[in-house]
Amino acid sequence: MAVKDEKQFKELFAKGTSLGKVEEDVMREAFKTQDLWVNMGPQHPSTHGVLRLILALQGERIVDMEVVIGYLHRGTEKLGEFKTYHQFIPLTDRLDYIAANAMNHGYVVAVEKLAEIEVPERAEYIRVLMAELSRISSHLLWLATHALDIGAMTVFLYCFREREMILDLFEMATGGRLTTTYFRIGGVADDLPEGFIDKCKEFCEIFPERVKDYDDLLYKNRIWLSRTVNIAKISAEKGLSLGLSGPSIRGSGVNWDLRRSNPYSVYDKLDFEVAVFDGCDVYARYLVRRKEMLESCKIVKQCLEWLEKNPGPVRAKVPKVFKPPVGEVYAAVEAPKGELGYYIVSDGSTRPYRIKIRAPSFANLMSLPEMCKGHLVADVIAAIGSIDIVLGEVDR
Amino acid sequence: MLHEIGLALLRIIVVFGVALLFVAYLTYLERKIIGHMQVRMGPMRVGPHGLLQPIADGLKLFFKEDIVPYEAYKLTFYVAPLICLVCALVLFAVIPVSKSFMITRINIGLLYVLSIASVGVLGIILAGWASGSKYSLLGGLRSAAQMFSYEIFLGFSLMGPLMIAGSLDLAKIVEVQKVPMLIYQPVAFVIYIIAALGEINRVPFDLPEAESELVAGFHTEYSGMKFAYFFLAEYANMLVVSAIATIVFLAGWKGPFLPGWVWFLIKLFAFVYFFIWVRATFPRYRYDQFMQIGWKIMLPIVLANIVVTGIVMMLI
Repeated sequence: MAVKDEKQFKELFAKGTSLGKVEEDVMREAFKTQDLWVNMGPQHPSTHGVLRLILALQGERIVDMEVVIGYLHRGTEKLGEFKTYHQFIPLTDRLDYIAANAMNHGYVVAVEKLAEIEVPERAEYIRVLMAELSRISSHLLWLATHALDIGAMTVFLYCFREREMILDLFEMATGGRLTTTYFRIGGVADDLPEGFIDKCKEFCEIFPERVKDYDDLLYKNRIWLSRTVNIAKISAEKGLSLGLSGPSIRGSGVNWDLRRSNPYSVYDKLDFEVAVFDGCDVYARYLVRRKEMLESCKIVKQCLEWLEKNPGPVRAKVPKVFKPPVGEVYAAVEAPKGELGYYIVSDGSTRPYRIKIRAPSFANLMSLPEMCKGHLVADVIAAIGSIDIVLGEVDR
Repeated sequence: MLHEIGLALLRIIVVFGVALLFVAYLTYLERKIIGHMQVRMGPMRVGPHGLLQPIADGLKLFFKEDIVPYEAYKLTFYVAPLICLVCALVLFAVIPVSKSFMITRINIGLLYVLSIASVGVLGIILAGWASGSKYSLLGGLRSAAQMFSYEIFLGFSLMGPLMIAGSLDLAKIVEVQKVPMLIYQPVAFVIYIIAALGEINRVPFDLPEAESELVAGFHTEYSGMKFAYFFLAEYANMLVVSAIATIVFLAGWKGPFLPGWVWFLIKLFAFVYFFIWVRATFPRYRYDQFMQIGWKIMLPIVLANIVVTGIVMMLI
């Protein structure tokens, strides 16, 4: 029997109800604990943008969690229906603005597949080069902010030092640093400028050395290990059923990298290893991205070698008024955050009838509650960092 | 009589003036050192090499709007930063900078330092509680648990040296040391440094104000001068903790050639530099891990240290 208040208790007492049971109920009522609801975000330094989490806490332990998104919704997909196929490219830049080239890549691959356009090989190599540089820059930004969230401040500035070099390269080739809009349907905007290859080679020489700097601060650091090992675990099955992809699922031991499993561009001609670790935790995801940066650096080197030897056109002939045939297409690339897919429906006009973007960050974010339940508040930060989301892509 | 009071006042003014200046410039020093460790320059704009930056910061904070949250408990909200700052500054009163230079010499100096430091925690807890914000509350509760438990280790780690020195008087402790206490008490020294990091809320133990999770924790809601008080208190505590380490473990002002106060400052800043260096290097521990280190590892070690010290002293 539940006793609501003292008054009722006195009534029952007067009636002579068995005291033991009643007292127990009163005590239970009096000492009832309640979850503490904490609103984390959208203005919070560690939710990487405008992500909002609603946490139910017992002490500092998380009992429940809800992810609220939509604070950066710009209607990109809908906008696409009012733009021509060419005009949509700059909008893709603004999805995952950390790796704009990779976002371009997914879109142009899809359109080319739809219209069956042959892309010159040199253009493909340049695309891969740029996409891999984007991957390095994206992972650098991830490592920087992830480490900062866990309190390692210096790594942040080291990573930004190297990211700066990549952004300089982008600026050289495209004029833009963040939103580059370099890819075009049927190729890339222009050939690489003079001096680019030398500067890029210089970066490839320096970069592996610099990764050692980060390792000195993190790789075997006891505090780093205790903050990441066995934190925010997610099993391969659970991850797959939630649509986890990219480095996040490779950290759970699933060997799934579109560059290998479903090669596009010229990835089948390049030599690189897919980074897979099976720790399922934050540390495994850190290892995956760490290795991917080095592997990407290898790919960049190979591309540079090929590009030096093989001059040629960088753009197929695509009419200005571009009308792909009626039909629908899905094409996906391995963006730094995971599988980036574009589903395009064409009605034969100059504008797409519908564009659906399968954004990796969006799917990855859905596994966050699964990862965090039962952990502490501090682990939520580590978990958000480890799935590497960009809100521009989550909300589209 | 008047002469004595005047002299005492002069000493107080000198020590507090210097202490406050030190504290202000400590922030500058930290920003510069960390800046250079992180391949950047640190403050450069205000004055040559940014030397006037702390003053500019102070002025800015002074003129900031003083925001009090609607949900806050007003009185407590105002008092909390004062408790913090006053407790931190009052500690300087007993620090012997050199043989003859200290505001006051009391025979329970060390006990005084430890107990006043405990009162300082009250300010942080009250601040967290009074802000009326959940984040601040979490920060305040964290610091309550953290600082109470780390005070225990801090106190215990000083117990060994105390047994050797045989006095709580800080000046006496220095006078007793023929060689630095560090040589007799290495374990206590290490524990002291770790506990001190916890006590002054610095990386890797800066959990109450864990920037990334709690968004500054207990002082999230504070702005303007009230925030500056917390800030000053924190750095003042860093100086005090370093000073105690210098006095107890490194023989304070003693040293060849140079005058006493120079030695004292050299040793003091060695510690300060170490604390800053640690901040540039390490990530942050998680709250529960931090408590585990304290109670499961440090407490047994520090107790064993006391026992061993006692046995050795009995035998010699």
